[in-house]
Amino acid sequence: MLDTAKRKAMLRQMVLLRAFEEKLEELYQRKAMFGSTHSYRGQEAIAVGVCSALQSSDLIASYHRGTGHLIAKGADLYTLLCECMGRAEGYSKGRGGKMHMGDMAFGFIGNTGTVGGTVPTATGAALSAKVRGSKEVVISFFGDGAANQGVVHEAMNMAGLWKLPVIYVCENNQYAMTVSLEKSTAVKQYSVRGAAYGFEGKTIDGNDVEAVYEETARAAAKGRSGDGPTFLECMTYRWDGHFGGDPGTAYRTKEEIESWKQKCPIKRLKEKLIAEGHLSESEFQKTSDEVYADLAAIAERAEAAPLPKKEVDLTSIYAPLEVSHG
Amino acid sequence: MGRSMLQNGLQGPRGERPVPSCFVLNNVHTDTSISLYKGRKNFRPPMNLEFTMPEQTYLEAIRAGLEEEMRRDPAVYIFGEDVALGGPFGVTKGLAETFGVNRTVNTPISEATVMGLAIGSATAGLRPVIEIMFIDFITLAMDQLINHAAKLHYMSGGQLKIPLTVRVQCGISGAMGAHHSQSLEAWLAHVPGLKVVMPANPADAKGLLKSAIRDDNPVVFIEHRGLYWSKGEVAPNSDSIAIGQAAILRDGKDLTIVALSSMVAPALAAARELEAEGISVEVIDPRTISPLDIETIAASVKKTSRLIVAHEAVEQGGIGAEIVSRVQQEVFYYLDSPILRVAAPFAPVPAGPTLEKQFLPNQERIVDACRRALSSN
Repeated sequence: MLDTAKRKAMLRQMVLLRAFEEKLEELYQRKAMFGSTHSYRGQEAIAVGVCSALQSSDLIASYHRGTGHLIAKGADLYTLLCECMGRAEGYSKGRGGKMHMGDMAFGFIGNTGTVGGTVPTATGAALSAKVRGSKEVVISFFGDGAANQGVVHEAMNMAGLWKLPVIYVCENNQYAMTVSLEKSTAVKQYSVRGAAYGFEGKTIDGNDVEAVYEETARAAAKGRSGDGPTFLECMTYRWDGHFGGDPGTAYRTKEEIESWKQKCPIKRLKEKLIAEGHLSESEFQKTSDEVYADLAAIAERAEAAPLPKKEVDLTSIYAPLEVSHG
Repeated sequence: MGRSMLQNGLQGPRGERPVPSCFVLNNVHTDTSISLYKGRKNFRPPMNLEFTMPEQTYLEAIRAGLEEEMRRDPAVYIFGEDVALGGPFGVTKGLAETFGVNRTVNTPISEATVMGLAIGSATAGLRPVIEIMFIDFITLAMDQLINHAAKLHYMSGGQLKIPLTVRVQCGISGAMGAHHSQSLEAWLAHVPGLKVVMPANPADAKGLLKSAIRDDNPVVFIEHRGLYWSKGEVAPNSDSIAIGQAAILRDGKDLTIVALSSMVAPALAAARELEAEGISVEVIDPRTISPLDIETIAASVKKTSRLIVAHEAVEQGGIGAEIVSRVQQEVFYYLDSPILRVAAPFAPVPAGPTLEKQFLPNQERIVDACRRALSSN
């Protein structure tokens, strides 16, 4: 059972993730952010529940809808916002944008613009953990769309075969861009695929941050003790369109969107804590206001941060040569 | 498939050994002015050149390179289809016995994810050497190689390193047809973040493989199947050879041939043929196509004023086009004739031995191109 302080911390984290997406949307609308947004609103319980159950030495690999994962794992908000706004002080010196980064300082081995692309690399990091005899576990975050990519099946097969310490966290928000689950996938739940590769697959409520935490903690303990991978299918819903520019209403009904907003993961934990007498509405409001205000200040700083030099930046294309020929 | 069948494609003319090793010159080893070493910056002769070096096949040299690097660095491991038993040609044979199956790991037939796992393990502390059985199959792994391996260092602002060696073998040998015979190196050389190496003899194969494994970047190491059983002298525990340095295999003053991988042997044979007629031909093997040592090539063309580029890949969009473009940019006013390419026609590789023979560039076509270059002013 999670203690109150931990649950309150998770609640605050979820508010931060939501505030961050809303900030990106605002920046995008006024063209201060380039590329595209891929809003994580509605899915916050997954990133927060998973990452709160990890140790700092554990690794994560993310994907295009990934800012939430990074923040929950410990990304620096200023550096992340700089990257989203193409600033020189961003994680990739302004060259990666929000989809193309990596930073071992907080155990983040990269996200990707090709759907499913980091599922093999996450599995490879788990292979390394096993070979090195470390106790790290690796989280492979991906969506329901990626679940139908061939490499996901290949990677899960190898992970099952070698009992690798990887947790496949499938964020099933029920739409692969515009195509719904039932129109793209032969099975009702992806979690049955765990059995196809010799390990446990489980469908859980992805809007219940405590459940996500508990299941991740259990899967991580399993991974650390050498008992192999787990497939956690977290059922959820993205409130917004696939990307900034997609209102998300051409392929989903307003009623459906509204019904999922009623299942908001933040609202859910907040109401539970209030009912238990651990939180008041005003206390929550105060926390939320603080989170939004702090983020606004950081975003302001990031927006004022220097842009990269105008010359094409050809540094860090290759790692420096430290080869001794002998 | 029989070994002899695989060897057929690259038999040298008149039953000669397919590819001469650069170290056939080892009797003059102490003279560092010999042409072999001109392209090697900061070259110093290996200490043990006083002794005759053992002969090894290209395949054995690669295996020795793998073994020496696995001994040197416990983070090095081999990962790929059938590698524990040596793979289809026996390159990795015996390594599982020496280092165990945890360092010589057989994988399922899943090229994309073999690549992906290797990349992930490289970000997290290992130094994988993977084997993609035929370069034709690298197509299956392109997302992982191009979008992830090649770009993670850049995308992470220089934080993540991908010390990955991708061993593949390429080319025409043994009438294996359209899906087992291609030369796709130009695709890979087009991608910033990758290094691409194509050794043509056993000593280079071993020395460059060592550099590839020690490099903190993804290196695609392209072996030629037809060269596997060619022999040359290779020193045990020999030096690594720096990636990105061409080798001048033969000095000449009338014309330069730049030949890659399987075309090195026919180019040297063509040079000998023309020498008999009093034509002096310089032969350069770039050895690495990304980065490309254009300096050495341009310096040679400045001297000879004529250039032929020979590779086994199809002509259109081949690495020859890049060499031609950069050479003319560097030394246009020194050229006495158009630069010609000798390459395969723009067609898939045919399977039948007769058709395959016609398809493959050879000594005769290189000599013909040389004569055309020499006859124009």
